[in-house]
Amino acid sequence: MPEHEADGQLATPTHEVRDFLHRWREQIAQRWADEPLFRTVFTVSRDEAVEAGKVVVDALAQVADSDQVEDPDSAGFSGVREQLARMGVARSRAGLSNTQVSSELAALRPPVENLLAADLEQAPPEHLRACSTTLTVLMGTLRLVAMQTALSEWQALSDRQRLQLMEVATPVIRLWDGIVAVPLIGTLDSARSQVVMETLLDAVVDQHARFAILDITGVPTVDSLVAQHLMKTVAAARLMGAQCIVSGIRPAIAQTIVHLGLDLDVITRANLADALGYALHQLGADIVNAGAGQR
Amino acid sequence: MHTAAGVEACLPIRSDLDLVWVRQHVRQAAARLGFGLVAQTKLVTAASELARNTLVHGGGGQMEVTHVSSAGAQGLRLAFTDEGPGIADLDRALSDGYTSGGGLGMGLSGARRLVHDFHIDSTPGDGTTVRVTCWVAQPPRPREEA
Amino acid sequence: MSDAYLRPVTGHVPVLRLGDVLLVTLQGDLHDSMAQQLQQDLAETIVRTGVHGVLIDISGVEIVDSFLGRVLAEIAAQAKLLAARTVVAGMRPAVAITLVELGLTLPGLRTALSTEAGMELLAQQPPVTRPGGPRQESP
Repeated sequence: MPEHEADGQLATPTHEVRDFLHRWREQIAQRWADEPLFRTVFTVSRDEAVEAGKVVVDALAQVADSDQVEDPDSAGFSGVREQLARMGVARSRAGLSNTQVSSELAALRPPVENLLAADLEQAPPEHLRACSTTLTVLMGTLRLVAMQTALSEWQALSDRQRLQLMEVATPVIRLWDGIVAVPLIGTLDSARSQVVMETLLDAVVDQHARFAILDITGVPTVDSLVAQHLMKTVAAARLMGAQCIVSGIRPAIAQTIVHLGLDLDVITRANLADALGYALHQLGADIVNAGAGQR
Repeated sequence: MHTAAGVEACLPIRSDLDLVWVRQHVRQAAARLGFGLVAQTKLVTAASELARNTLVHGGGGQMEVTHVSSAGAQGLRLAFTDEGPGIADLDRALSDGYTSGGGLGMGLSGARRLVHDFHIDSTPGDGTTVRVTCWVAQPPRPREEA
Repeated sequence: MSDAYLRPVTGHVPVLRLGDVLLVTLQGDLHDSMAQQLQQDLAETIVRTGVHGVLIDISGVEIVDSFLGRVLAEIAAQAKLLAARTVVAGMRPAVAITLVELGLTLPGLRTALSTEAGMELLAQQPPVTRPGGPRQESP
């Protein structure tokens, strides 16, 4: 017990904290299990929350053992990163803001501090202060690691969602045997243009489509970059043996393309119906007005 | 800023048979890292262009493949080195349509468009090194202060 | 319809004759020297057989760099001089995207989605009329 070492042979604060964490592992984990961060994430049973808490306590003890309480890259944290990320993401899915998750992480500190104060009651006050500071730093580092890990997890999640959104926003429609179309709606940035190009070209192969219609009626502005992406799609489709028709080109957009000086023999039509009519005609089918022939 | 996990492989570029090995190796390395089909094809094509430059203009050399990661993103860095005559006019060599080797003049300038990072070091008489990096999905954004 | 391999030698890409068309199927990764050899073989075979069309199926090709792109463009240009039309069929989407990004749109090249579509395309258009009457068949 610490009081035996009271004279002269005091352990260093970090090692004191390490030993304290080992001694009070069970109690710390028990108290954490009641904190919202553990209680709401590990919902199967209270024991599950306690076990998860123990894993975190062990990681903290390992970090203290290596004397790297200030280092978020300390090897001791590597084992709990995944669990911390899972906890952070679960809380944010439950509707908490980053700040709220951060304060829930901060709430893990007081119970441990109280236990430390009780444990070192007999120790010299300056030793208790030093250990308490070390623990505060260590808990601060844990909070940092958890936030860092959760943030990159959130980033990955939002990247995935952005990609899914782009795919959802790019439906390729089969209009006829050998004719596919993508109605483009909304702003076309570089990343989305890439998805449009790949989705359309894959559809050309799958549907054996000799004609691919890119309808840009729903695209508010076409800057030079977007025009360039459209032209690349047209050029790639041509290399594969399919012909692209760009429909819904407004006068301003036509100007942009002319200003770019891009000389690709792209076929354009004012609207999707005309584009379909053109493609059908090329395939040897024509749309005739059924009433017209009877007069 | 990027951490490199060490050189993964070093391939000689001495003949057009070596170009085939370079392409196959880069494709396998890119597939292992999780590059999509289009990204793989772009990187392999860039590698083919640069390796051919090394062979034709540099008189042969080597390619080093390094696995890099930054801010959680994974990438491949390819370095092509030769001890050839070097490039006297880099700007000109990097422009579309310029050719000194009888190709279409799309080697360097085209390869640059297929990768995320492109660096070239060349001293006339001392050889050329071209380093290119491609990231799985998007290039990493600089991380905000945590 | 004759389907004999005209060039069964190793190191050569086989050139198959289907009526009035020479069919070449490229597979996997092509050595530069094999691509150049093919260019030469095709020119000789066009002259020898007097065909009017060349169909190159590249659906099995995983990458086309500027070298192979140039070879394809040159095959088409030289076939044209020899009064034959060339169609490149079956380019994969990833290859097409990469070629465009590379800056090679190969404007002079006729393309088709598949070999069937390519054959159709070659059959559709009337053969180019040759000045100077029928060409002499080589032995």
